[in-house]
Amino acid sequence: MIKIEVNGKSIEAQPGEMLLSALKRAGIKVPTLCYIEGLFPSGACRMCVVEVEGQRNLVPSCAFPVAEGMKVKTHSARAVRARKTIVELLLADHPDDCLYCVRNGNCQLQELAEELGVRQRRYTGEKNVYKLDTSGLSIVRDPAKCILCGKCVRVCEEIMGVAAIDFIGRGSETRIGTAFDQGLNISSCINCGQCIMVCPTGALREQSYIKEVVNALNDPEVTVVAQHAPSVSVTLGEEFGIAPGTDVDGVMTAALRALGFDRVFDTAFSADLTIMEEASELAHRINTGGTLPMMTSCSPGWIKFVEQFYPDFIGNISSCRSPQQMMGAVIKSYYAEREGLDPKKIFSVSIMPCTAKKFEAGRTEMSRDGIPDVDAVLTTRELARFIRMRGLDIRTLDPDTADTPFGERTTAGKLFGATGGVMEAAIRTAHYLLTGKELEHLEVEAVRGLKEVKEARVKIGELEVGVAALSGLGNARRLLDEIRAGRKDLHFIEVMTCPGGCIAGGGQPLGADLSAVRARMQALYTIDHDEPVRASHNNPSVQRLYKEFLGEPLSHKSHELLHTNYAEREVVR
Amino acid sequence: MVSSIEIQSILEKHPGARRDSLIPILQEVQEKDGYLSREAIVRIGAHLGLPASKIFGVATFYNQFRFQPQGRFHIQVCRGTACHVKGSARVLDAIEQALEVASGQTTRDGMFSLEVVACMGACGLAPVINVNGDFFAGVAPDEVKKILDTYRRKAADEAQTN
Ligand code: SF4
Ligand code: SF4
Ligand code: SF4
Ligand code: FES
Repeated sequence: MIKIEVNGKSIEAQPGEMLLSALKRAGIKVPTLCYIEGLFPSGACRMCVVEVEGQRNLVPSCAFPVAEGMKVKTHSARAVRARKTIVELLLADHPDDCLYCVRNGNCQLQELAEELGVRQRRYTGEKNVYKLDTSGLSIVRDPAKCILCGKCVRVCEEIMGVAAIDFIGRGSETRIGTAFDQGLNISSCINCGQCIMVCPTGALREQSYIKEVVNALNDPEVTVVAQHAPSVSVTLGEEFGIAPGTDVDGVMTAALRALGFDRVFDTAFSADLTIMEEASELAHRINTGGTLPMMTSCSPGWIKFVEQFYPDFIGNISSCRSPQQMMGAVIKSYYAEREGLDPKKIFSVSIMPCTAKKFEAGRTEMSRDGIPDVDAVLTTRELARFIRMRGLDIRTLDPDTADTPFGERTTAGKLFGATGGVMEAAIRTAHYLLTGKELEHLEVEAVRGLKEVKEARVKIGELEVGVAALSGLGNARRLLDEIRAGRKDLHFIEVMTCPGGCIAGGGQPLGADLSAVRARMQALYTIDHDEPVRASHNNPSVQRLYKEFLGEPLSHKSHELLHTNYAEREVVR
Repeated sequence: MVSSIEIQSILEKHPGARRDSLIPILQEVQEKDGYLSREAIVRIGAHLGLPASKIFGVATFYNQFRFQPQGRFHIQVCRGTACHVKGSARVLDAIEQALEVASGQTTRDGMFSLEVVACMGACGLAPVINVNGDFFAGVAPDEVKKILDTYRRKAADEAQTN
């Protein structure tokens, strides 16, 4: 540890680290626009400039290493003036759209303008005219609101390994766009929404389906059914000022009812169902010499990634539909039959941590007889918006419970919300299916935690299987390349598109830092620790569904409703 | 369009897939073809292990690259200092309006393409434009239409004799 002096006070810093991280640790706030934690600083925005004694110019603290005895002023008149000028210049080519903007009240540019006391338009220039890109099912790009910080480009390439977008053109014509300036829908974008999570402004947002849902709720002829993904109950609270890591399941259910949903189901139920099918598929592949390693299929960004970049691995992906789509399928078949409802008169809404789920619901394989299994997907953020729109506050609602039969879940299904969770749930059930006995120690520590690459060798009875749990598709790219090059020790690989899994998905509340994500994960582990039914095959409603309707895992009926196929996808790579 | 085989032979001259080969490859392909086709960009990306978005991004950074085939008549407008002083910006405006394309683009009918170039070394003729090698000296904005019509007529005449 070395000592530096900041604003007249001594603080500690680690040798070699950048000034910004030392300042952050000491609780000194310096604004940033282009900095992404964990990535090499690009130094593009200069928002983070500070004064360092002995330096003639202001230095960007995100890219300036600390040195023993260094004297820093973070808010000298000169530094603040420089920041203010930067913001004023950004606003010179920015639409004055805050009132109509999805980020109104939650925008870093707006916040900075306020913080720095920008009260008049000092620079007026010609504004660039750009077209909104609404071509995709998941993501909307509004280049007019882009301040060219470059974070989306870096996340897309460096974390997700996709590189669908880049800087295009030069000078005052510079913009962010896809290859050939085409719509996102025909680009290599996998709809993950991680670019939205880092965007400081309203230049990126989800394609919203609130209107469609409202219309369905207003139609007395239609039964509107909601399902909510395992991670949503541990993140939604943050939108209402509740501490990260608080499980708001009960009040969220109450809010959904208050909004007018006729039934509220839990996607963790169909996660249990997924495990029944997927663990059986794994056992089948191992016993019959099928294609290995088997790879999970619940994350739609990952599926599109394989279809377009690694089509030679399509056979490795489990044929199981994702929990969202399994739920959609059983609602409009088994449940409709049981309740005497016409599937055409059911509007099925899923609340997801994910923007790619919108794309998934729109895939043609996810409809039967022209009726989509899932009609609309809302992100956690959209649900929060919808709840606020109706003047509700989840903090004042009385908790309620989900409906039968698809509201019943085990904690294994709940674990799907974080990286490693599908693996853990699958191991619990695979052990039971292969040995007839319950796993003695249910926690599979090796696949827990936020690390983005986790590997282990797991004993299932006599069998030793090599497993890996990955998140962030840049990591998947590296592993697939190793397998292409001949690596053979793995049997089962879980891949979640977003780093950390669904708890950090592209549809989650904005502005969460690592400690918030860790709290969300811990909340899922706590649920798993505290409740009695912890393995998917012990879910009574799942057992009943097999007995009354599906027969057994991998049955004909299961294949028809719960499985799917994938195909190579032509996109501009 | 350059055939796949031609792109292949250009790529083969740059083995080892190095990033710093990108600009020379783009230049060679454009030299052969007059522009960078989508196919060429995707192939170059695959060869260098770079995404198409990156190649397109780099290529759009430089004024020299075009992404549409050249028109039957390729118009170059000089934006060197001498031409600038003599009002080449207004000449460019006039052409852009008459053809409804921007610099770097080609008209829908494929007749004209437009390019802005740095000094052509004909400063004595400023402002100067060049259409398929014919130089027009001291062009005034209101002469643009006449010049374009000459070429339209030329194309029509040729079509008749054929
Ligand atoms: S991006 Fe921010 S500053 Fe721009 S219009 Fe939206 S809220 Fe306002
Ligand atoms: S949604 Fe994901 S893949 Fe698409 S542009 Fe954003 S970061 Fe890239
Ligand atoms: S779209 Fe957002 S993240 Fe991307 S460069 Fe623009 S402001 Fe930054
Ligand atoms: S945050 Fe330091 S330069 Fe952008």
